[in-house]
Amino acid sequence: MMRLASSLRTALAAFLLAAFAFVLIGPLANLALWSVAERWYTPYKLPVTYGTRYWEQVFRPTGDAMASLGTSVWIAVLTVVVALTLSIPAGYALARLKLPARAMFMVLFLLPQAFPSVAIYINVARVFYQLGINGTVFAVVLVHAAHGLVYSVWIAAAAFGAVDKELELAARNIGASPLRTFFSVTLPLAAPGIIASGIFVFLESLDEFTGTFFVGVPQVMTLPLLLYNAAMGGNYQVASITALILLVPSVLFMLFIERFLRADVLAKVGA
Amino acid sequence: MSISQRQLALLLVAPGLALVAALFLYPLSFSLISAFTGPQGGVSLDAFRKAWEFYSGDVLFTVVIVLASCLFTGLAAIIIAGTLTLGENRWIVGTLKALYRWPLFIPFIVAAQCMRTFLAKNGLMNNSFVALGLMEPLQTVSFLDWRGIIATFVWKQTPFVALLLAGALAAIDRAMLEAGRNLGASRLRVLVELALPQVMPQLLVALVLSFVTMLSVLSVPMMVAGSQPTMLTVDMAFRINSYGDYATANALGVITYLLSAGAAIIYLKRGMAAKEGAP
Repeated sequence: MMRLASSLRTALAAFLLAAFAFVLIGPLANLALWSVAERWYTPYKLPVTYGTRYWEQVFRPTGDAMASLGTSVWIAVLTVVVALTLSIPAGYALARLKLPARAMFMVLFLLPQAFPSVAIYINVARVFYQLGINGTVFAVVLVHAAHGLVYSVWIAAAAFGAVDKELELAARNIGASPLRTFFSVTLPLAAPGIIASGIFVFLESLDEFTGTFFVGVPQVMTLPLLLYNAAMGGNYQVASITALILLVPSVLFMLFIERFLRADVLAKVGA
Repeated sequence: MSISQRQLALLLVAPGLALVAALFLYPLSFSLISAFTGPQGGVSLDAFRKAWEFYSGDVLFTVVIVLASCLFTGLAAIIIAGTLTLGENRWIVGTLKALYRWPLFIPFIVAAQCMRTFLAKNGLMNNSFVALGLMEPLQTVSFLDWRGIIATFVWKQTPFVALLLAGALAAIDRAMLEAGRNLGASRLRVLVELALPQVMPQLLVALVLSFVTMLSVLSVPMMVAGSQPTMLTVDMAFRINSYGDYATANALGVITYLLSAGAAIIYLKRGMAAKEGAP
């Protein structure tokens, strides 16, 4: 009797797990199917003809998608450069120096993430329009950097905070200048965390839609905007292929983040 | 010439703060001023009157969708994190652990595109039900309305909340949970009565963050649901792109600030009450 109840429970759990897997994987499977469906209409449950015609169209060197991919990656690289240039000194100051009202500064960097952003972006777009920089890569990079700054500053602060102070003292004792100590001891030891924050900022920029929608259009066409246009235009194949291109780095990052962000750094984020 | 450590610290933080000030604080004050300025200048609530007249239904729609999404996200996250912590079947726990995080970093716009195809009248979900014999082809309905928005939000946000919750649950004292089990309490009871009360703060933080995130997302309501009724983010974009009507759009923006401030205050109040209650 006990055995029966127990195996019933296991069967129920396995059923629930299968339902969960269906809900989780189903939408992604549907996306993958659309990307290789050359013709698919009701009442067919699966694509009528399969093929890679749309993949060839998307990956044609002169196609819109390759240009958008180039724009997206270029913007993301510039965003990482801007965010790290600002957050390495800020993170060091927040972790190591006596900063008055430190908690307030930490919160200030968080604020852009803590407010609903659409209302902010429409006003950023208005200001940029008056300055004549709306629709430029520069404007989009600024918006993405401000958005990503909380991650890069907080993670940089955590990474610097996790560096052993004894090692810095040892370097100072044998005669290294503060600047030399920073560049040859502190920064290399904090590098894994800072690289992780850079990857995070890169992904956030690659995936960003709302800010680019208001500040970048119509001149700056990133992959998310191309995906949006293709989806609203009813071209499910191009939309799905674009979505898959955006999906790959997100899933890889999810699988490998733990390698980059060590637990001792992660525990200090936001502290 | 030498500067003190404090001055050096301020100097190092200043460039980052300048970016936040220019791209967040300045536009924020701009939106507040614009929302409270009348057509002839001067302080007025005209924009709010117009916003309420046109979009009061959408305010309600937004609140209901976001609250429902947070509720379902919380429930799903509790079930997942609870199973990961208290589950005894290694095979099930392992499979769940490998699966649940997949949507974690998937962008909202990709999630929206997935759901647009999956939840459609002839999408993979309905087709699978028909193929399994659970449904007749004529019974299928499209879920691309408020239900689709909620489904997309829950699908996308659950891994985040579950991840934080599972982390918090892993850190609490196992001995107490084991003691509860040994005294004969079911795993569900151990989870609800012993484990969850200890991780409420983490669960609330994750849900408040999700609440604000959902209030900020433009792509999901635009791509998953039709035009009416819709969420406030879409209304704001529409006021700007179609009419250049900044006053009404900013009034709607202030309403979204107030909604997220409400969520933050509920969280802070609970945090304070918990601190006062602690010995």
